[in-house]
Amino acid sequence: MHEVSLMQTTLDIACDHAAQQGAQHIHWIKLRVGELSGVIPEALTLAFEIVTTGTMAANARLEVETVPVICHCSACYQDFQPTGWVYVCPTCHQFTTDLRQGRELELTAMEVS
Amino acid sequence: MCEDCGCSAGSVQIHQGHDPQPNKTTTSLEVPTPSVRHLDLHAKILEHNDRIADQNRALFHQQGWLVVNILSSPGSGKTALIERLAQDQRNNWQIGTIVGDLATDNDAHRLGHAGVSAVQITTGTACHLEASMVSHALSKLPSKPWDLLVIENVGNLVCPAAFDLGEQIRVVVLSVTEGEDKPQKYPAMFKSAQVVLINKTDIAEAVGWQRDLAIANLQQIAPQATLFEVSARTGAGMHAWYAYLDQCRQGLNGPLSRSQNSQVLQIGRLSSN
Repeated sequence: MHEVSLMQTTLDIACDHAAQQGAQHIHWIKLRVGELSGVIPEALTLAFEIVTTGTMAANARLEVETVPVICHCSACYQDFQPTGWVYVCPTCHQFTTDLRQGRELELTAMEVS
Repeated sequence: MCEDCGCSAGSVQIHQGHDPQPNKTTTSLEVPTPSVRHLDLHAKILEHNDRIADQNRALFHQQGWLVVNILSSPGSGKTALIERLAQDQRNNWQIGTIVGDLATDNDAHRLGHAGVSAVQITTGTACHLEASMVSHALSKLPSKPWDLLVIENVGNLVCPAAFDLGEQIRVVVLSVTEGEDKPQKYPAMFKSAQVVLINKTDIAEAVGWQRDLAIANLQQIAPQATLFEVSARTGAGMHAWYAYLDQCRQGLNGPLSRSQNSQVLQIGRLSSN
């Protein structure tokens, strides 16, 4: 359940940015979460409710954009989106470990007042 | 990029208001509402951890220590593997350990009895180690020219995968009692491993371990990982694992070349017995 500590870190970052703007409230925040980041979006939502209680982000909305895994095949030089956890090129059937996206864990936007 | 006006310059983009009626006049009787601002950020949530992990890594490199982070579910034999390593290599390597658990310092005591310096991190409610915990634990470790520093992470196949500690080698332990499909169930963890140790091979037959299926699963989910089949209890297969560590130690002054990696890989693939 590391989502609580991750969401606490996220809230700290968001509150720092809001304070820099002289804002009193956070209305919503938006995250990008890679499929291979090890984070479960549903657990993030629960954690968000827990950590924002009594803060400037109380009642704020959480938006989570899931970032799909994109792999690169070193044999036929193409990027592809795997259909499961086995990263095999659909063209030449080589396994790959070369990830071009899917590990993201980012706070990308927020609205404050 | 701003969803309202589409602009995207700068790492933090601020939009004052986005008033849908910009030409509306405000009378002196109206209380102005605080302006709503939209901030575009590019903030990595783990940036703080990653920065400290980089500092740890730089320290390890500067000191010439090989640092291994061992992860697994509870009860797979991480502590037993480190005890065996400490006993087998006590005349060859100076080994330090940092041990993470939610509670108790039992593992540090076990490792202390095995003759290695051990610092216990008691994480309380945290289900994983973070780079700052390792950095803090380093200050409690005796000052020695360590050949090998082993970090035993909290027993958990989910959360620790997300946290870089600054280690050079990430080792995931899978014991034969856990089931052949563990890699499919916890892909993020197994995909992050440089090494997978299959442990408790001495009881594989008794528990009906399907070796070929397990190895096929690992090769599909974690083709990057070097595999060793070992038994911490009997010592079977451990010498190939030590040979790998020795090669990594020799490669500390620079990244392993592709040919060295191939050699290591072969050692790993040939480790079954």
